[in-house]
Amino acid sequence: MKELLEILEELHPEVAFEEETALVDDGILDSLDIVSLIGEIKRVFDVTVTAGDIIPENFNTVQAMMDLITRLEDED
Amino acid sequence: MNKRHVLDDLKKTAARLPEKTAFSDGTHGLTFAELDAWCDRVGSFLSSEGIVRQPVVVFMQKSPEEVAAFFGVIRGGCYYVPVDEEMPEGRIRLILRQVQSPLVICDEETKERAREIVAAESLSSRVVCFSEFQTQEIFSETLEDIRAAALDTDPVYIVFTSGSTGIPKGVVACHRSVIDYVEQLSEVLGFDENTVFGNQSPLYFDACLKELYPTIIYGATTYLIPRTAFAMPTVLVEYLNTHRINTICWVVSALTMISAFNTFDVVKPKYLHTIAFGSEVFPVRQFNLWKEALPDATFTNLYGPTETSGRCCYYRADRLCAEDEVIPIGRPFLNREIILLKEDNTRALPGEEGEICIRGNAVTFGYYGDAERTAAAFVQNPLHDLYPETIYRTGDIGRFDADGNLCFVSRKDYQIKHMGHRVELGEIEVNVDLLETVKMSACVYDAEKKKIVLTYVGDVTEKELLLTLKGKLPRYMLPNVLRRTEALPLTPNGKIDRKTLLAAYREGKS
Repeated sequence: MKELLEILEELHPEVAFEEETALVDDGILDSLDIVSLIGEIKRVFDVTVTAGDIIPENFNTVQAMMDLITRLEDED
Repeated sequence: MNKRHVLDDLKKTAARLPEKTAFSDGTHGLTFAELDAWCDRVGSFLSSEGIVRQPVVVFMQKSPEEVAAFFGVIRGGCYYVPVDEEMPEGRIRLILRQVQSPLVICDEETKERAREIVAAESLSSRVVCFSEFQTQEIFSETLEDIRAAALDTDPVYIVFTSGSTGIPKGVVACHRSVIDYVEQLSEVLGFDENTVFGNQSPLYFDACLKELYPTIIYGATTYLIPRTAFAMPTVLVEYLNTHRINTICWVVSALTMISAFNTFDVVKPKYLHTIAFGSEVFPVRQFNLWKEALPDATFTNLYGPTETSGRCCYYRADRLCAEDEVIPIGRPFLNREIILLKEDNTRALPGEEGEICIRGNAVTFGYYGDAERTAAAFVQNPLHDLYPETIYRTGDIGRFDADGNLCFVSRKDYQIKHMGHRVELGEIEVNVDLLETVKMSACVYDAEKKKIVLTYVGDVTEKELLLTLKGKLPRYMLPNVLRRTEALPLTPNGKIDRKTLLAAYREGKS
């Protein structure tokens, strides 16, 4: 979780990520952010996120992103 | 009779297809009859206020109503200046200061911000909500008089682009240029009444001309796709399918967002048959993924700066590309000539490199209220001195390939293309250097990783600096990497050594 928060804070130092519940739907994370984020997730956690998993439900909260990463790690 | 006015077809289309949706955001739309009525109301309001032949700022959320405001401003004999809530406050203030518009049209969402900025700049502009025009009486005769008095050399809009001095430049385009562009583009891409556009471009760029004007000319439909959809590739493709969108003109990064994550394995666009792209190089591997997913669709590369009214060259990319291939810029639309000029202002020979210069009525008037910067880029055709003929020097270096197709080579200066936007690295530096906490700064662009790298000397952390810049620069101009250092490397002449900076970043050194 700490590593993920670091990645996110690098993108948007002004956002209190753990309090947000609609990061994608509110437009806080835009397409540029998602591209960077998926690249960083690949680098740090060594998991590949593909289109089927790039849906708002998996990126609207930090917890949802963490759950996605954990699931992808388990599938490996 | 030839068209003389960009709205010539709107009344006809509204009479022919009154109930058809012209512009929609996916949940709410305006029919052609409604659009036409809004134009009459906005135009009548302007004339009743005595506002004629002046710039009118439109500061609204991206919506069918914003399009109606643009067209209404034109019907009132004025020209629109789009400003957007995504723009940082500093930039909006600079634009409002430059245009000194008598009126700012806003909506409920932008009203507060518009009023604050007008007050902070001590401008005399009135701020009026679009919804207030609902009850405006329509003065048909006055509007007809305004139309009859309009010339095709009157301005349609002012669109602002990045400027290296830190002050954005307002490009002024007229009816003649826009009409000609829309005709040529529609012919090449085959727009008609059955066209359903999926608009991606923000409405404050000239890129949206591709959808706005063909829609009213042909009676097509445009969906203004919400920005949030572009962050989620499958959501985006499903949006295209839900609305039966068959034509898109997008920046390359929006297309690669879909292809790069294997989206086509999950869902494919079902109705899409016409795809135009541009503003940056399409990575061949990504292009081929698109081509394989939609083998029957046409793919067209478009090129051209805002200064020559929309795009001016095209290339039909009709086959898979080899790994080392770069998709050419192609050939100019009819009624435009590309002249490649060498350093000595003579024509480059086939195969030689030269600056891409554009000739024809697509060339806009220049920069609003800025004779100096206009004169630097809009110049007399140096190939003759027989009569005045203005050409636009793009600052792009190109060459013609063996087939006579124009190919992009590089830039003359520090202007780059980043996420489909034109960015002057100098404009970023000027904004950074203005801060008291920064002593010196330099921006370089890592074209391979597509990152703007800012190196600076100062008493401010990277995080604090990024936060400050967010209030001054548009999203796409924010440095992706900030590097604080003790001193910037200099060349023997004492200039900042950008090559060393870029190399240091690539090697991961500070």
